[in-house]
Amino acid sequence: MDYTLFRELADSWGLVYLFVLFVGAILFTFRPGSKKIAEEVSRIPFSEDE
Amino acid sequence: MRNLTEAVIVGLATFLAFIAAGLSDDALFKAHAWVLCVILLATTIVLLRRVEIPANGQALPPTDTSGYMDGVIRYGTIATLFWGITGFLVGVLIAAQLAWPELNIEPYFNFGRLRPLHTSAVIFAFGGNALICTSFYVVQRTCRARLFGGKLAWFVFWGYQLFIVMAATGYLLGATQSKEYAEPEWYVDIWLTIVWLAYLVVYMGTIVKRKEPHIYVANWFYLSFIITVAMLHLVNNAAVPVSLLDAKSYGVFSGVQDALVQWWYGHNAVGFFLTAGFLGMMYYFVPKQANRPVFSYRLSIIHFWALIFLYIWAGPHHLHYTALPDWAQNLGMVFSIMLWMPSWGGMINGLMTLQGAWDKLRTDPILRMFVISLAFYGMSTFEGPMMSIKTVNSLSHYTDWTIGHVHSGALGWNGMVTFGALYYLVPKLWNRTQLYSLRMVNWHLWLATVGIVIYASVLWVAGITQGLMWREFDSQGFLVNSFVESVAAIHPEYVMRTFGGLLYLSGALIMAYNIWRTIRGDVREETPIGGIAIHTSNVAEKGTPSTVTG
Repeated sequence: MDYTLFRELADSWGLVYLFVLFVGAILFTFRPGSKKIAEEVSRIPFSEDE
Repeated sequence: MRNLTEAVIVGLATFLAFIAAGLSDDALFKAHAWVLCVILLATTIVLLRRVEIPANGQALPPTDTSGYMDGVIRYGTIATLFWGITGFLVGVLIAAQLAWPELNIEPYFNFGRLRPLHTSAVIFAFGGNALICTSFYVVQRTCRARLFGGKLAWFVFWGYQLFIVMAATGYLLGATQSKEYAEPEWYVDIWLTIVWLAYLVVYMGTIVKRKEPHIYVANWFYLSFIITVAMLHLVNNAAVPVSLLDAKSYGVFSGVQDALVQWWYGHNAVGFFLTAGFLGMMYYFVPKQANRPVFSYRLSIIHFWALIFLYIWAGPHHLHYTALPDWAQNLGMVFSIMLWMPSWGGMINGLMTLQGAWDKLRTDPILRMFVISLAFYGMSTFEGPMMSIKTVNSLSHYTDWTIGHVHSGALGWNGMVTFGALYYLVPKLWNRTQLYSLRMVNWHLWLATVGIVIYASVLWVAGITQGLMWREFDSQGFLVNSFVESVAAIHPEYVMRTFGGLLYLSGALIMAYNIWRTIRGDVREETPIGGIAIHTSNVAEKGTPSTVTG
């Protein structure tokens, strides 16, 4: 794989791949029902008294 | 028989170091191999004295592995404190060397050799030990599982200390590959790789065997820090040694590629070592100390993904106006500016965790420490993107403004959050009801804060002075100032920054005393902070040492 091909891939499919992954992760965070789950898991540090 | 295998392995390693010292033709490598040999010999003796042999064929009582593995964390907190004070002390010394050059004692103690000792001691020894010990604490509590791998956690701890000592002695002897924050030569790098992979195994293994279904967000940050640092370390330190018995090596990259790889590494050392890892600390200890869950868990997830996706591209802003192609410089600048968003999102998330509990700041100096830490996180992550803008960078680059920026991040954000976490951890780890003195925590807090404010603000003045003097032209197009004139101009600032560092160091010394008395189980007679009386009658008793053994 030479530099030109690498560049070509990086600013086309590579860019699309990372962007979709990022937007997907953000959208997944706001899926319906996530607020309740998030509130529950935010209490994990308090789940036991040491 | 117990502990015999370890003693034999370290004994063999001692022998190998001895052979290497004997065979090498390189004076530097020889000296460094002797250092290693002495350290390993001492370790072998300690280990041999700890070998347990059962009498008359009786089996040894089994080691208790039921609870959390906290022994290694106790060692980690003390190592953090020790290396922190060492790093701050060397920092004050080199600040004084800049103000008064007579303090350079050649060849071992001149600025060029002590400066990497300072940066490595503070970032990797102080920060690294803080990250390792807090990550071991947090991963066990949030996964409700004992550390994976048995004694492997002890290997990580002691292996990491060996890395630090080998790196530090190497700098003093003059062994360096001249890459900022990656100065250790090839053999020390290989050792760190082994230790780091063991760290990854312990951490991942604990997460895999967790009893809590969800992986708490602090662990995401810690894990991304461990994995990314492994990747950065391997790529940036790719080098070919002259011989296996020689300290010198040549990097596989050259020219501008080498520069870009170095700053890809260098900036992500900031992004993943000093930011992601410490955010893991923040997302556990701030909610615990405030006794309320994080302001928005979903914001913390977005904080995580945005930080991970953006930080890795920001490195080229260290190479503005160099041979690096313009598009790469602009890419680095744009990604740095975008980092404003997750950084401030994270800062707000941390601060708003105190929503409805702001009154606790009146009585709890540890919580104050976390708040100051988050404030400095916000301030330095505002300043950094601003400095990455090319027009600002043309003024700020190569000046002491950069040094001031780094210190407001490292002393303010990393230092303060670590101090807060240690003050939280020590009474818990040694099973004490409270710290020796909360008033001393308050003294530490203000000495450190005033120290950082002095340090950062005088270096703004010094940096802008330098930047303006270097770019001043007369009507004929000649430079007005020689370099040395810009050095002489900032002498007062250099003296004041030494004083700021001294304040920060004295705060840390107060902390060491406070922690030592806490471990002893003492409680100081003092008026409670905020005027609210705390009944001290039953907390004055000494707690018993924790029964959990490592």
